[in-house]
Amino acid sequence: MIRPFPTAVFLRRISSSIRTGLAAIVACSLLAGCRTETKVDVATREKILLLGNGGEPKALDPHIVSSVGDANILRAMFEGLVTYHPSNDMLHEPGVAERWESNEDFSEWRFFLRKNAKWSNGDPVTAHDFVYAYNRILHPDMAAPYASMLYFLKNGEAYNKREIEDFSKVGVKAVNDFELVCTLESPAPYFPDVVKHTTWLPVHRPTIESFGKMTDPYTEWQKPGNSVSNGAFYLTDWRINAYVKVRPNPYYWDKESVKPKGINFYPLDNVFTEEKAFRNDLIHYTYTMPQNLIERYKEMENSPLRIETYAGVYFYRCNVTRPPMDNLDFRKALAYSINQETIVKYVTMGGQQPAYGFTPPSEAGYDPPNVVKFDPDKAKEHLKKAGYSNGAEVPEFTIIINTSEAHKSIAVAIQDMWKKTLGIEKVKIENQEWKVFQQTVHDVNYEVSRAGWIGDYVDPNTFLSMWVSNDSNNNTGWSNADYDRLMKESGRISDPKERYKKMKEAESVLLEELPVLPIYWYTRVYLLHPDVKNWNPLLLDNHPYKHIDLIAD
Amino acid sequence: METARYILSRFGQSLFALLCIITLTFFLARLAPGGPFLDEKAVPEHLIEQMNKNYGFDKDLHIQYFLYLGRLIQGDLGPSLGNKGFSVNEVIAEGFPVSFMLGIVGLIIALLIGVPVGVFAAAKRNTAIDYTLMAIAMLGICLPTFVIAPLLGELLALNLGLFDVALWENSSAWFLGALTLGLYYSAYIARLTRGSMLDVLHQDFIRTAKAKGVAPMKVLFKHAFRGGITPVVAYLGPALAGLIGGSFVVETVFGLPGLGQHFIKAATNRDYWLINGTVTVFAVLILVMNFFVDVVQAWLDPRTRSRN
Amino acid sequence: MPIAAQRNGNVIEKGSSLGRDAWLRLKKNHLAMASLWFFVGVVFLCFLLPLFPGISDPNITHPDLQSMPALSSATSMENAEVSYFLGSDHLGRDIFSRMLHGGRVSLAVGFLATAVSLTIGVIYGAVSGYVGGRTDSIMMRIVDILYALPFMIIVIILTTYFGNKLWLLFVCIGAVEWLTMARIVRGQVNSLKNQEFVEAARSMGLSQSRIIFRHLIPNTVGPVIVYTTLTVPAVMRLEAILSFLGLGVQPPNASWGSLIKEGADRMASDPGLLVYPAILFGLTLFSLNFLGDGLRDALDPKSSKD
Repeated sequence: MIRPFPTAVFLRRISSSIRTGLAAIVACSLLAGCRTETKVDVATREKILLLGNGGEPKALDPHIVSSVGDANILRAMFEGLVTYHPSNDMLHEPGVAERWESNEDFSEWRFFLRKNAKWSNGDPVTAHDFVYAYNRILHPDMAAPYASMLYFLKNGEAYNKREIEDFSKVGVKAVNDFELVCTLESPAPYFPDVVKHTTWLPVHRPTIESFGKMTDPYTEWQKPGNSVSNGAFYLTDWRINAYVKVRPNPYYWDKESVKPKGINFYPLDNVFTEEKAFRNDLIHYTYTMPQNLIERYKEMENSPLRIETYAGVYFYRCNVTRPPMDNLDFRKALAYSINQETIVKYVTMGGQQPAYGFTPPSEAGYDPPNVVKFDPDKAKEHLKKAGYSNGAEVPEFTIIINTSEAHKSIAVAIQDMWKKTLGIEKVKIENQEWKVFQQTVHDVNYEVSRAGWIGDYVDPNTFLSMWVSNDSNNNTGWSNADYDRLMKESGRISDPKERYKKMKEAESVLLEELPVLPIYWYTRVYLLHPDVKNWNPLLLDNHPYKHIDLIAD
Repeated sequence: METARYILSRFGQSLFALLCIITLTFFLARLAPGGPFLDEKAVPEHLIEQMNKNYGFDKDLHIQYFLYLGRLIQGDLGPSLGNKGFSVNEVIAEGFPVSFMLGIVGLIIALLIGVPVGVFAAAKRNTAIDYTLMAIAMLGICLPTFVIAPLLGELLALNLGLFDVALWENSSAWFLGALTLGLYYSAYIARLTRGSMLDVLHQDFIRTAKAKGVAPMKVLFKHAFRGGITPVVAYLGPALAGLIGGSFVVETVFGLPGLGQHFIKAATNRDYWLINGTVTVFAVLILVMNFFVDVVQAWLDPRTRSRN
Repeated sequence: MPIAAQRNGNVIEKGSSLGRDAWLRLKKNHLAMASLWFFVGVVFLCFLLPLFPGISDPNITHPDLQSMPALSSATSMENAEVSYFLGSDHLGRDIFSRMLHGGRVSLAVGFLATAVSLTIGVIYGAVSGYVGGRTDSIMMRIVDILYALPFMIIVIILTTYFGNKLWLLFVCIGAVEWLTMARIVRGQVNSLKNQEFVEAARSMGLSQSRIIFRHLIPNTVGPVIVYTTLTVPAVMRLEAILSFLGLGVQPPNASWGSLIKEGADRMASDPGLLVYPAILFGLTLFSLNFLGDGLRDALDPKSSKD
């Protein structure tokens, strides 16, 4: 017979090495105190914060980015006029500006800059840096995707659309090195909230211009070694799909109170991988959390699971220009037959709130109209009014979603709810690849599409302004003169209470017309290592990293 | 110099094939709907126009194509549109070593397991050992990598603590990735080896050798092995290409910054230059591998050589 | 040492009786026969069982009755009596019913796509290997080119222009899978074509196509069958990867691939979601594999003499 010695030897070697390994583990677990230091332990000792951060950053240039994850990194590297408070979204922390004031109707804001603010190369931060930055992001040649955030400035929109060429006509002036004046298009009592956003961060002119023109959108200035920033940290390493590392800025004005000795951001965009990395003690914090493990973590003692209110809404867009969605009664029938409680309780399971309106109720004191609620009888009534004696008569239509297990589950549940309540048989679900999905929504080439919206600042305006006619985020074909008028009027009111009242009126119009089917209000669901201290729940989830401390638990 | 001419003409063909691949990819990528500048939050039309202008996408497609070829000849693969500030050259230079290491280590694992198991199973044909080994191999084939990879992660990293479960830097997670790929391909190689070994073992010269009283071990390894390994060698080209290009599932599951992830992300971001760049690298790799496979096959099987 | 074989006698002599001989030999192989019956059983199960009233609609959700264990029953909040053979998934759907319906898709995709790839691959590889020379070079470079093309981009383009249709899956997968088959067949033919029996056939003045189809292709049957048994699972896996990318079978419908993908994501909390479809998928592929081995032996007359 043939004796297969190489295989046998190989197998023996493998099995012996497995045996040794197992023996070592067993021996180790038997010996008390044989706990090796994990990666997280080392990082805590060295005070390096290890954060899961969703996807790979598109750029580390405040004028190019648009995603939440990218903004997280920029918030560590740059500091705006006003910054986020570590525990309360409604409070403002002085950033580069020591103090600020506005005129009576909140249309002109004056920021007084601190004299000791420095860039990471030692240069002072001046009001001219902000003017330069606002010119850059608004400049039409720059084509910054999020330039519309600066349309608050007088003539900002006109300059961005090349309607005027002269930047000095835009409402931002450096009175001197340390005083900046912003003149707004319309009153905004919440303006200090707005300038916290990444789009309002300053950039270092000499650095940008040593790698190209002001408006060159992709130069090497943002790379480690080149990048100069004014925040608590500066960029030291960046490897695509692997990590971004920032370390304390030696010239930062408040460097004594910067607690971490560095932050590593890991672009783990697979939620299951991220959770495992956390369980394996490789990271301090996960960006998200797989839905199916939420219950497991809830049952744990001293669970690292955190569930916090988050200013965002999950909803379906309806294309009101296309049958059968062009029929208001039909849209109502669909809206009233979605059982939002069931979805948050059994499908998303992350403590989300059923969305009876569009704008999430927030600490800003705005209370949305609670009108869209599950009501099968009302739904059937509206189906009749829409001209269908039963659901089987409804023509085929499709829900489009972008590829994701979570969106899929929700769509399947809703499809079945429509079937059970209204008897609609011909609802299809179509999974689309991300860019195809964006194109389809952008072209309003769908019947129903999945959508989500996270607030940019704490004010209902960030949720309601997109439904104005022809807003580039509307994408439903819906346009309503009353709504436009109410929103415009609300923009002119400086008294917050009166303003909210107008906005609520506007939102009532939106919810009466239902170009959107609200489903739930978001929560942040994530895992946080107990070593991380002073990480507080925040509505916008914008944590100022300098206050976060690492102490072995 | 027959061999030199063969190699030269083969090289010329490969170059032409490369040009075809680059051309097809260039135009295919542009056919796909959506563009690199679309975002979840809508970007105004005039800004998209401006960005197209900034990146030269406003020119006629064929002009862009020739401009691209011109840059390509100088070794410039262009800027990455999804990772702004990085050039495609840099992205590939960072990603390739990761994928290459995964691929090579994976292939070594696959060969170390696959070939001996295949030979052994062929020698023990139709016995319980054979069936068991092939059943395990089949299990390896039908369990997709997106099942094996998390299973290995749970088992070896989270339960036994032998490896890290994710990340690249100071992390042993890459070995789990290579192991996943290796196990998967070893199943293929085991089955292929067994099949072709059986073919060879039935041939008359083996019987002759056996009849002449040559030791069974010697028959197996000296006489049968060389012929039996030929289809495996033919498979190595596609296998390595598949290992390196198809490692994206493994790279995603273990959070590794390899080319597979770069390619998938480039495709979903419509990062045109990075799509072209990664495909060009894959293409060069496949062409080079196939070239070597042809040469090695000719060496293993003298009859093929004489015809060429 | 040159590889010498004298198969010519067998092939030419046996001709028409090859099929019957093979069947007789196959019948003697108990494992292969068991596999055959198992496989036929699975096909019947997937295609006929769901027609009976006892099997519930695979797409009905009962979100409040999620993750039910096997062989349990409960009453939902809508007062529906639910009892599922293998329990329910994360939306309270019947896992067993979803497996049966998913099997239809997977089996159809697996076989049609494999048939497509088999036909193209074998003919292409055989012609390339037999003709040799410049034609062979060109044909193989075309294969190289197709290998290197970005499959995902092609699938995205096809699905956006033609919609997410199931037949597109067959086309896409078949179009990818034939490449390896072609390379393997070409390699085989290349080493066979100089053997004596082909020389003999040539000297007898047989036409080229006759030599390819009657003499060369039947002799590649061993590796081809082995590779085919590898292609069916590969196709099913590819289908799963496509649904991983959001292409392919659309929700709420399922295939074995998409069920296993969902199960793999949830294996830490809901192992049943992975285990049940994986077992059915695995057993089906096992049976195909042993059937393939049996066929290979049955079709190769030499093996029976061992």
